[in-house]
Amino acid sequence: MLTILLLVPILGAVSLLLGKGDRGLTKICALLQTALTLTIWFAYDRTKAGYQFTFASDPLLPGLDLRFSLGVDGLSLLLLLLSAFVSLAAVWLAPKAEKRPQLYDACILLISAGVTGAFASQDLFFFYAFHELALIPTFLMIGLWGSGERQAAAWKITVYLALGSIILLIGLVDLFLAIPSPNRSFDLVKLQQIEMHHLIPVAKQLRPWCFLTVGFGILVSLFPFHSWAPTGYASAPTPVAMLHSGVLKKFGLYGMLRLVVPLLPDAGKLPVYSNWTAMDLLLLALLGNILYIGLVTIAQRKLDYVIAYSSVMHMGYIFLGIASLNLIGLTGSALLMFAHGLSVAALFAVAGAIREREGSLSLDRLGGAAKSVPFLGICFAMATFASIGLPGFANFASETMVFFGAFKDPGSSFIRTATILSLWGVVISAVYMLRAYKSAFLGAPTESSSKWADLTGSSKLVLGSLITLLLLGGFFPKYFISYLKPTLELALR
Amino acid sequence: MFPPITLEIVVLCFGLLLLLVESFSNGADKRGLAKGGIAVLALVFLGSFLLQTNPPTPEPGSYWNFYSADPSALFFKRLALLTTIGILIMAIDSQETLAKSIPAARPNAGLGEFYCLPLFTCAGLMFMASAKDLILAFVALELVTISFYVLVAFTRGSAASLEAGVKYLILGALSTGFIVYGITWIFGLTGETNLQSVAQKMTTIHDSDTALLFAFLLVLVGLGFKIAAVPFQGWVPDVYQGAPTPITAFLSVGSKSAGVLLLLRVIQPFLNVPSIQNKVLCILTLMAGATVLFGNLAALNQENLKRMLAYSSIGHAGYLLVAIASIRSIPSPFGTVGATIGFYLFGYMLMTLLSFMILTLVSSQSRGDDIQHFNGLAKRSPFLASALLVAMASLAGIPFTVGFYGKFLIFAQAIGAQQYLLLGLGIVAVAAGFYFYFRVIAAMWWNEPSVTTPIAVPGLTRTAIAILVVSIFVFGVFPKPIMLLFQQ
Repeated sequence: MLTILLLVPILGAVSLLLGKGDRGLTKICALLQTALTLTIWFAYDRTKAGYQFTFASDPLLPGLDLRFSLGVDGLSLLLLLLSAFVSLAAVWLAPKAEKRPQLYDACILLISAGVTGAFASQDLFFFYAFHELALIPTFLMIGLWGSGERQAAAWKITVYLALGSIILLIGLVDLFLAIPSPNRSFDLVKLQQIEMHHLIPVAKQLRPWCFLTVGFGILVSLFPFHSWAPTGYASAPTPVAMLHSGVLKKFGLYGMLRLVVPLLPDAGKLPVYSNWTAMDLLLLALLGNILYIGLVTIAQRKLDYVIAYSSVMHMGYIFLGIASLNLIGLTGSALLMFAHGLSVAALFAVAGAIREREGSLSLDRLGGAAKSVPFLGICFAMATFASIGLPGFANFASETMVFFGAFKDPGSSFIRTATILSLWGVVISAVYMLRAYKSAFLGAPTESSSKWADLTGSSKLVLGSLITLLLLGGFFPKYFISYLKPTLELALR
Repeated sequence: MFPPITLEIVVLCFGLLLLLVESFSNGADKRGLAKGGIAVLALVFLGSFLLQTNPPTPEPGSYWNFYSADPSALFFKRLALLTTIGILIMAIDSQETLAKSIPAARPNAGLGEFYCLPLFTCAGLMFMASAKDLILAFVALELVTISFYVLVAFTRGSAASLEAGVKYLILGALSTGFIVYGITWIFGLTGETNLQSVAQKMTTIHDSDTALLFAFLLVLVGLGFKIAAVPFQGWVPDVYQGAPTPITAFLSVGSKSAGVLLLLRVIQPFLNVPSIQNKVLCILTLMAGATVLFGNLAALNQENLKRMLAYSSIGHAGYLLVAIASIRSIPSPFGTVGATIGFYLFGYMLMTLLSFMILTLVSSQSRGDDIQHFNGLAKRSPFLASALLVAMASLAGIPFTVGFYGKFLIFAQAIGAQQYLLLGLGIVAVAAGFYFYFRVIAAMWWNEPSVTTPIAVPGLTRTAIAILVVSIFVFGVFPKPIMLLFQQ
């Protein structure tokens, strides 16, 4: 099942690259992907921890437990659901490419295949490899169809992410070698077994922890490694921005939850520099995300930059949940990954639609669009409310859990202070998001915005589905948490 | 079932036969020679799977005392054969370019040797793979180098090629001198030239650490030239840029794998001596760090693709040296360093041959080999552009390609050996590598072409390119067959 899920976008991309197929084929691939993911979602037995729908090849290297293996558990399934819906929206709402439409669509499908593969992999090596698969299509798309300083942005995002990836690779191998020799494996299931958790001696945990946190941190745009993200997202064509900020970036956080939390639980308590423990440094970095980037976001005068910076800022909350190292906090961050992915994808989708109509996203030139494009306006408003964390949206439920979790049992003296400071982030995000909404959609319509045409037919449905999922997560968080709970409990044992 | 040495004999005899045929062939099209060469090399390649095995204990006086056919030797022999086949295909494609830069009274005169000499290089590389004795290793290395002297300067109408020839000749001779002197010192200290006996004798020598280190340094300097390690890399960019493109590829793959293989064999005895082990590794570490950093940083702003690939080949020599500097007595879970290097060289061969094959075609039809001549290649020939994209992605180390697996194994060796300095430099090098390899991708896909004429791809080359692209992916996902071939 997972193999088919992975093959659909890859085969679609190959056929497009060979010159066969058009946007219709791309849409069929995306629809199939969503349908398959939903089937897996409902067929999955959520009372059990551990992987289901597994598939594994023979070992690929002599003497090493490294296989091509696929499988999902609650955590990865939630992210697969996210990637399926965001891919669907990205394909549906992508503007028609004027030059080389087939390459454009093939690149979208390849990025989507990369994220699907990363979340469906049950093997560390392929988990890493699939993530890197998205690098070349991203590079080509930003450079060819991006806006603004697109080539500079493409270079920055590619080289920066390559740097993060190689540090991450070193971290993964270092983690592998830190496990005592008979138990070494690249298989996530074996790594998850309870007896493995305390196998790595405390003294040996710090080095892989640092490599992995910096590596994942770069991929997630953790402060101060974030500078690739805003320019990259702002210049990227809409589908890339949606997939990258919505789904691909969650890869690093997923890795933190999957590897760093369960396998290196004590590393955070080790001192790095005088009294500062590793966890304190991580907390400082995430405060940088929430407070510093939050203030930077307020200063932005272009809609795409506002959304891009806000997506960097929200990574701070997810890291805060991970730093709490307890069930509530981890569940909160896992659900927030899902919620943030949906809301930021919806925001970028609307921003892309405005760019298509106006040609610019400068907030000074926009205004009053709610009259001519009410559906886009409502979706933007909903996604804005979700992103701020208003009750009724999945973001509220998850952010609350993150704050409770972080405040609950302090692992270090600093985490409570950090939580209190982070709460101000909610106010900051309300300031910039509401202001952006006001200047783009409210007030007197500008001359051009009064002539815009709203979304039609199926596009409405697709964008609406993202908002619906956000609301479902807000009203029935328990349903989603029931998928996460067994997995995360296992990670913490 | 043949004795293994038949392989070399066939290649050498056929090389001589081709030369003979060439001298009687007057004005005929010389490309037929290359096609014959390709066919025979392919047969020899298949024959290499039907060999008798090594006798367990060689009789005194038999050639088995200096020649071995263990799995690693066979592996490198096959590598040499495949490389030469690729080079001959490129040589066929570059016939027009060659003919233009060779002043000749009749058409096709003076071209024939270009298609025959690679066979001798190949035989040298094959002997080298089997050499258990320093003398045989040296003779084999000279066979390789001397045929390269001719090939590098082959296009004698072009000043750049002549300059490359002279530089390669002088520095090659100098490095040979260093190697011979080093071998002499080893012989003087141990009284042996057989590597196994050398290793045994060295552990019994006491109080001559300085002499041993001196001998090691001499050999290292000589081999440093061959594999283009810093600080002996100065000749590489000019020679690579000036030599005819197929020969550049041959130098970059053949000469490097020969040098690395010999280095791997020669340092083993030195590493067995506990008192100098750390110093040897320290020297190798410094050399590896400098090479990996220099090659990758210097490639950053090259405008000429051949020159860029020259610097990148220095960078790849650096990665190989990183693996060599990570040799430890405790075996790593990622396999032996020898297997890692074998796999890396195999992958390096695939992606280098692929890049140069495309470079040959594009440069002969665009009149230049700067990166800007690749502008808009995706429009002129989507096939070549996609293939070059795969080659560049593999060189940069994107997953699902052989290049990534090779880098993964090398970094894993370095982490296991706790070479943190090299890892730090390696991170910088890899990130820089992404930049300069992606520049080619950017030129091909982002930019508009200045000429829009499509590029013709001959059938043989098209097949070869397709095979190379497929192998890059297949062995990038399933490396096991290669690793097993190396281990048995």
